[in-house]
Amino acid sequence: MAVISFIDAVTMAMREEMRRDPNVFVLGEDVGVRGGVFRATAGLIEEFGEERVIDTPLAESAIVGVAIGAAAYGMRPIAEIQFADFIMPAVNQIVSEAAKMRYRSNNDWHCPLTIRAPFGGGVHGALYHSQSVEAMFNSTPGLKIVAPSTPYDAKGLLKAAIRDNDPVLFFEHKRCYRLIKGEVPEDDYVLPIGKADVKREGTDITVISYGLTLHFALQAAEKLAQEGISAHILDLRTLYPLDKEAIVEAASKTGKVLIIHEDNKEGGIGGEVAAIIAEHCLFDLDAPIKRLAGPDIPAMPYSPPLEKFFMLNPDKVYEAMRELAYF
Amino acid sequence: MTTTKRHEEAGLTDQQVLDMYYYMLLARKIDERQWLLNRAGKVPFVISCQGQEAAQVGAAFALQKGHDYLCPYYRDLGLVLVFGQTARDCMLSAFAKPEDPNSGGRQMPGHFGGRKWNILTGSSPVTTQVPHAVGIALAGKMQKKDFVVYTSFGEGSSNQGDFHEGANFAGVHKLPVIFFCENNKYAISVPLKKQLACESVADRAIGYGFKGVRVDGNDPIEVYRVVKEARERGLRGEGPTLIEAVMYRLVPHSSDDDDRTYRTREEVEEAKKKDPILLFAQYLKECGVMDEAQEQAIAERVQQEVDEATEYAENAPYAAPESALLHVYGE
Repeated sequence: MAVISFIDAVTMAMREEMRRDPNVFVLGEDVGVRGGVFRATAGLIEEFGEERVIDTPLAESAIVGVAIGAAAYGMRPIAEIQFADFIMPAVNQIVSEAAKMRYRSNNDWHCPLTIRAPFGGGVHGALYHSQSVEAMFNSTPGLKIVAPSTPYDAKGLLKAAIRDNDPVLFFEHKRCYRLIKGEVPEDDYVLPIGKADVKREGTDITVISYGLTLHFALQAAEKLAQEGISAHILDLRTLYPLDKEAIVEAASKTGKVLIIHEDNKEGGIGGEVAAIIAEHCLFDLDAPIKRLAGPDIPAMPYSPPLEKFFMLNPDKVYEAMRELAYF
Repeated sequence: MTTTKRHEEAGLTDQQVLDMYYYMLLARKIDERQWLLNRAGKVPFVISCQGQEAAQVGAAFALQKGHDYLCPYYRDLGLVLVFGQTARDCMLSAFAKPEDPNSGGRQMPGHFGGRKWNILTGSSPVTTQVPHAVGIALAGKMQKKDFVVYTSFGEGSSNQGDFHEGANFAGVHKLPVIFFCENNKYAISVPLKKQLACESVADRAIGYGFKGVRVDGNDPIEVYRVVKEARERGLRGEGPTLIEAVMYRLVPHSSDDDDRTYRTREEVEEAKKKDPILLFAQYLKECGVMDEAQEQAIAERVQQEVDEATEYAENAPYAAPESALLHVYGE
């Protein structure tokens, strides 16, 4: 099996789906001739032409709104928002339109739309090229939110998103794009949206995370294993709707839970995960539920020491995991 | 009397203009009945088409029913009636009953939609339907289909980013979209002069590289003519058209509004003299297409349809409360 980078898995998923289904097409800023500013759509315009790989005018609400119209008609558009930070002009189209189309029409219309957006920091992107915006969308029934952490998951979940009959927000951590590599089958497979995945089996503490910070937890777990601490690591993969069953099972398994995400703490996904645990398995716990997350400041600064201060890393994660293990 | 048959010059038969009159009157009478039901405490909300029926029906007649796509706005009762909705459908929506084909009673009245009529479901935040229309047209172009997409909105909505973003996208891709602005002079309480600095909404087309047309929205024949031309331009691959139909909203914004707080009764009374339904009836009689007996017959037919629709919808059962949980996602 070939070992490829996260971003190549994203490209592979789109290419395969475009070959499989003529209704799949890509639209967004710089996705055509340039192949995307991160190169996620590299090679697609050469293979599928400018009719199916559309360089749009620079206007996010139209990128999503036009994609919604095409999706309602019967196409399967993949809209790229260049940076998750720039999704804000399209929020009305995503929340008021795409997410509610099926419900408000009493199942007469639906919207098979995928919106891809690179999120997260650690790339000197400053305030507006580093944000995690997932929590802004995670109380929007009708919408699904996916944030894979590995190339294997990225391919299988992106293909599932494209085939899904409802709108999916697909967040790709941009630091993972070239940093994270992994084995990806070249054949066709899809992974279920709405299912979390145990990335490491363990018995002493449970870590629940997604995206880049999931990898920090895996690295810290290796180090802790040498000290005799066994960490169980659950990758949420889908952020809305959450896989409650897997969360409760993972929390109950060790009785000590640390939830980690790069997004700031207050109002983040971690709060909802903690509430699910508190509701369903409080009496299985041996320690307070802990959260390790970005600080509650507006966004990530540009200056390197300040950016570093904001970002989590394997050391910060190791400390938090170790502390919980010794509680 | 020797009034020119302007409708014949526009390519409309006598029967077609009689049908147009019927739809205009049907829209008006459904609307009036809903106000009565609202004031009687039977339906919670009404949003009106009154004063805009000529533009809506004229435009609808220029489109191909069951073939072209509609992304309408909340006042477009006349438009959706021509495309196939019935008085009963509208009353089921007013009474929020599950048989309402627009939304099963989930949405307020005026939020039109229906796959069987090619009417895309709409929402309340204004102008979001404009990029949707562009997206349907883009899909049609990709699949080499020969339909046009018609989307309508108010003059206030022509300030929204979605109007400008959608118009620009359609202009760049030369898509067969008809952007139809129903300029009824008021965005709830705010008059045109506080909404736009340019002379006409139609002027906004210049910025997007396609044709803008201003038309008398009280004249269904003129509206028919310009929409038909716009449709033909779209089918020839010449891209979108922006049409501004100028009219007057004869009633408050909605059943929860009181227009006495922002406009004079004299102004409204003056506008009522140009009520498009009165003007069109007068035209049809002057050119000998409709006589008193025919006018009476149409009025009676409309009255009967509205009565039957009201009775049916009022007596129809509500949806089971738990059905609120259905259709969040596909099965």
